[in-house]
Amino acid sequence: MKVNYYPGCTLKTKAKNLEEAAIASMKILGVELDEIDRWNCCGAVYSLADDDLIHKVAPVRNLIRSKEHGGDKLVTLCSMCYNTLARANLLMKDNTEQRDTINRFMDDEIDYFGEVEVLHLLKFLKDEVGMDKLREKVKLPLKDLKVAPYYGCTLQRPREVGIEPVGSYELMTEFLEALGATVVDFPGSSLCCGSYQTLGNPEAAGEVASRIINMAADAGADALATSCPLCEFNLGKNQSALIEHKKIAAGVPTLYFTQLMAIALGLDPEVCHFELNDSGAVELLKSKNYPT
Amino acid sequence: MPVKISPKTVTEIFFEKLKELSGQNVHLCYQCGTCSASCPMSDFMEFSPRKVMHHAQFGLDNLLEGINTYWFCASCYACSVRCPRSIDIAKVMEALRQLTLRKSKNYIEPSQMPSEILKDSPQIALVAGFRKLTS
Repeated sequence: MKVNYYPGCTLKTKAKNLEEAAIASMKILGVELDEIDRWNCCGAVYSLADDDLIHKVAPVRNLIRSKEHGGDKLVTLCSMCYNTLARANLLMKDNTEQRDTINRFMDDEIDYFGEVEVLHLLKFLKDEVGMDKLREKVKLPLKDLKVAPYYGCTLQRPREVGIEPVGSYELMTEFLEALGATVVDFPGSSLCCGSYQTLGNPEAAGEVASRIINMAADAGADALATSCPLCEFNLGKNQSALIEHKKIAAGVPTLYFTQLMAIALGLDPEVCHFELNDSGAVELLKSKNYPT
Repeated sequence: MPVKISPKTVTEIFFEKLKELSGQNVHLCYQCGTCSASCPMSDFMEFSPRKVMHHAQFGLDNLLEGINTYWFCASCYACSVRCPRSIDIAKVMEALRQLTLRKSKNYIEPSQMPSEILKDSPQIALVAGFRKLTS
């Protein structure tokens, strides 16, 4: 099975670990993530001002690229890209007036009416591959890992694009259970990591990230599973600084859900690019005898 | 600090602009404070989201102009999904941000940022941060 795939900017550089682990894992599951041609940055955040249409052009252009590529589905891995593309898609489907303006503005492109279905890989795994198939392919069950599912904001909010209802963490829970991991329920799954405030107000961002890490530690989690490179940055790469500033007592390593999948499927750890994670992630995996 | 409210303090054009930018009716708010309780950044804000909504209802745009609330908002949508009056508060915050940004006032200056931050941050942090905090 082949499916259109939109990577996004960060996955080609600082979050190569998120992408390469996904491509290799999906191959094992019989799915080719087929990167669409000439994609551009999605804009990272969906423009919330009603009169601001120009910032909606970038995500819509990607949806047009996907339509041209053929196939009716577009899979993303990065939570922020997912959110931005899915919301732009809803706009093009439901808001006829703004859709017409955007279509007329992009007169060099084919018209777009929201035909493409934007899917996050977790949802695609559940609906198109099946968690049972994933479970069958697991070679190295993650039975020694207690993992807390971390959704952050953009996988669930706003409701109309959520991969599942607000407050429900079933998709990631089923996914982690299929990999053989012990899923740790913790109260921070949907809390914001601080997002782009890492630029604007880094101290406040550090504080909200600390709360999440402390909640995960209190719940007894070994690791947090995420699908967002910005969450991974705020919660993962920032951990040594947070320990230094005594915001957290101990780190809870952050791993991309695709990295956990690659390990469980018995893939060469090279596809996981653990060198891009916080050092705590590698130490944790080594201590449990998983390949790094 | 007591705030004097009279027909003179109400800026009618502010209501129109807020509505045009956010598409939201701030007068639906009944001040329950669910937004402030849900907001991860409340602790750092000069006005909590509830207080911002209250000032917006009275058209006190001059009192909202200098506060830090919308600069600390991370558009995480925790408030919007929980508002019992279905107000998309994140969009109200965006409108307030835009009203300042459109006067060419930036909250952060990319040219003044330490090079390590620009080097280490993922692209989505930079694109999102510059989109939200600069004009």
